[in-house]
Amino acid sequence: MGVRVWRSGYGRLLGLPVGVVALGGCLVLSVRFGAAEISTAEVIRAFTDFDDRSTGHLIVQTIRVPRALIAACVGAALAVAGAIMQGLTRNPLADPGILGINAGAALAVVAGVFLFGIGSIGVYALFAFLGAAVTAVVVYGLGSLGRGGMTPLKLTVAGAALTALFSSLTTAILILNERTLEEVRFWLAGSVAGRDLELFLRLLPYMGVGLVVALSLGRQITTLNLGEDIARGLGQRTGWVKALAALAVVLLAGGAVAAAGPIGFVGLVIPHVVRFFAGADYRWILPYSAICGAMLLVLSDVAARLVLRPQELPVGVMIALLGAPFFIYLARWKVKR
Amino acid sequence: MRRWIVVRPPGLPVSFRLGARVPAVLLALTLVTLAGMVLNVGYGEYPISPPDVVRTVLGIEAGDGNYGFIVNTLRLPRVLVAFAVGVALAVAGAILQGITRNPLAAPEIVGVNAGAGLAAVTLIVALPAVSVAYLPFAAFGGALVVATLVYLISWKGGGASPIRLILVGIGFAAMATALTTIMITFGEIYAVQQALVWLSGSVYARGWAELFALLPWLALFLPLAFAGARQLNALNLGDDVARSLGGRVELQRLSLIVVCVALAGAAVATAGAIGFVGLMAPHIARRLVGPSHEGLIPVAAMTGGMLVVLADLVGRAAFSPIEIPCGLITSAIGAPYFLYLLYRSRNL
Repeated sequence: MGVRVWRSGYGRLLGLPVGVVALGGCLVLSVRFGAAEISTAEVIRAFTDFDDRSTGHLIVQTIRVPRALIAACVGAALAVAGAIMQGLTRNPLADPGILGINAGAALAVVAGVFLFGIGSIGVYALFAFLGAAVTAVVVYGLGSLGRGGMTPLKLTVAGAALTALFSSLTTAILILNERTLEEVRFWLAGSVAGRDLELFLRLLPYMGVGLVVALSLGRQITTLNLGEDIARGLGQRTGWVKALAALAVVLLAGGAVAAAGPIGFVGLVIPHVVRFFAGADYRWILPYSAICGAMLLVLSDVAARLVLRPQELPVGVMIALLGAPFFIYLARWKVKR
Repeated sequence: MRRWIVVRPPGLPVSFRLGARVPAVLLALTLVTLAGMVLNVGYGEYPISPPDVVRTVLGIEAGDGNYGFIVNTLRLPRVLVAFAVGVALAVAGAILQGITRNPLAAPEIVGVNAGAGLAAVTLIVALPAVSVAYLPFAAFGGALVVATLVYLISWKGGGASPIRLILVGIGFAAMATALTTIMITFGEIYAVQQALVWLSGSVYARGWAELFALLPWLALFLPLAFAGARQLNALNLGDDVARSLGGRVELQRLSLIVVCVALAGAAVATAGAIGFVGLMAPHIARRLVGPSHEGLIPVAAMTGGMLVVLADLVGRAAFSPIEIPCGLITSAIGAPYFLYLLYRSRNL
């Protein structure tokens, strides 16, 4: 009975507000806990009765709240980008980190700073999008070479090689220009700590557009996932769908990298977890991925602050420790040759 | 008709044959490597002309009294370490490509370098008092653990498919890298500084102590690698053929993996992860002397040494006075080469 209600769609529809509430709970946790000990009452007072002479209030308002929001948005963007890539390439191992898109965006930003001395926030983001777009095209091209067409292996290996290339070039640029790139170096660690709220607010519209485009493509991606021939046979204009989906990936992954640096594996793990309860329909997978991705990144960020207190781990490391075993599991048991 | 040189030393229980081109190719590579070494030693803040470098190394008094110190204490061990590391990585790569029959296999792709790096950083950060001589042991241990796990997890239906090997290796590399970052976040600042210099894949500030820690590993495992050439040739034809030729396939593969891991681990322990040498050198060697491993292993070794020595020279000279670690140079050349190989093997 329960299963039938769930499958009918109403259950899945009801699940969405539940997920949003849970995400709200995660955000509260993220605001409540951190390096500085601030009591719950004090945290509440920071919102109801803000006092700009209190250190605790200032920490909550200017550090913790932006950080929680950035983590949530970046997590949602990465998870949805991963879900779209998995649907589009029919590759269970697709993820913006593994396929090199994060590394490409990072290289573009660092190269932009190095070559043109860009300081303006808008241009910064533009370079991230450009890098993400170019890398996406190159990986897709390399992965589809040859007789068998695109296979998970070719795509993944091409992504790994591009990541190696891009990250060594990034490191080389950073070594050449160590002092002026101090800020970029910090950004490169893949963390949501101490991020610039202004930069994030400038990026939010791009990620928002990407998210809307992605969510509106759910039905088309489900069809495309059956195979390109079937999708075309059902009357879909596959070229348009692919182009729009690629645009969404570039906006989401590029925006996430510009905001938080390269964070891998969120886009890999979340869609697989979501498929356990949302089925194979991307109209459900995409919104649930957004919610669960946001929750994962917010919770990982809290954990990254608490495990080695007072030191702090980059949240990208936490996610990699969770995500890499999952990747191995998929590669070993779920990928057919 | 291919011509062979057959070597049968009287009174010794060994015999092998080499392609006729091998000695000439080896000689040419050696000359290029020596030239690269002399240039590398001569280049720097305090330039020394090539003839003076040669004279100083040979112990003949040349130039002013500083030459002896600069050449023999500062620059020569560094160049020799670069060469030795390149040799070890290249032979490890040649063995790995031989046993997996996979042109894309390389120590870094299957996670061996990341495992060795994790173990070595753990040692540096957790036990800063331990001498560098123990680093190769730690790195060997880490590399062995990761290689074993990758091999076991990739095993399915009676074999470790090369494709699964690569994918699982990528996963383990990501995990080991994340753990290494944790060690760096966790550690004392001085130890971390040391670990960071070391991690970037560089021969910067390597001296005689590091060289002498590495040499025993090369002295032990390079002959073993060469002795395994015959088995590699058989394995290269496929497990069934190797078995019908009388080989104990699983045992041979296991011992060759141990040799490969020992060489890669020792190299990584000395100079950090110098990327893609283990991938490129065997391919270049195969182009030069063909696929027979008796010739391939020494030529790949010399090619690998040459690559790292030249990469170090380029890294020092290209943007001087800033030095680019040679690991970045080899990766910047090696990764596109890897993509090219991927393109060439697209229809396999």
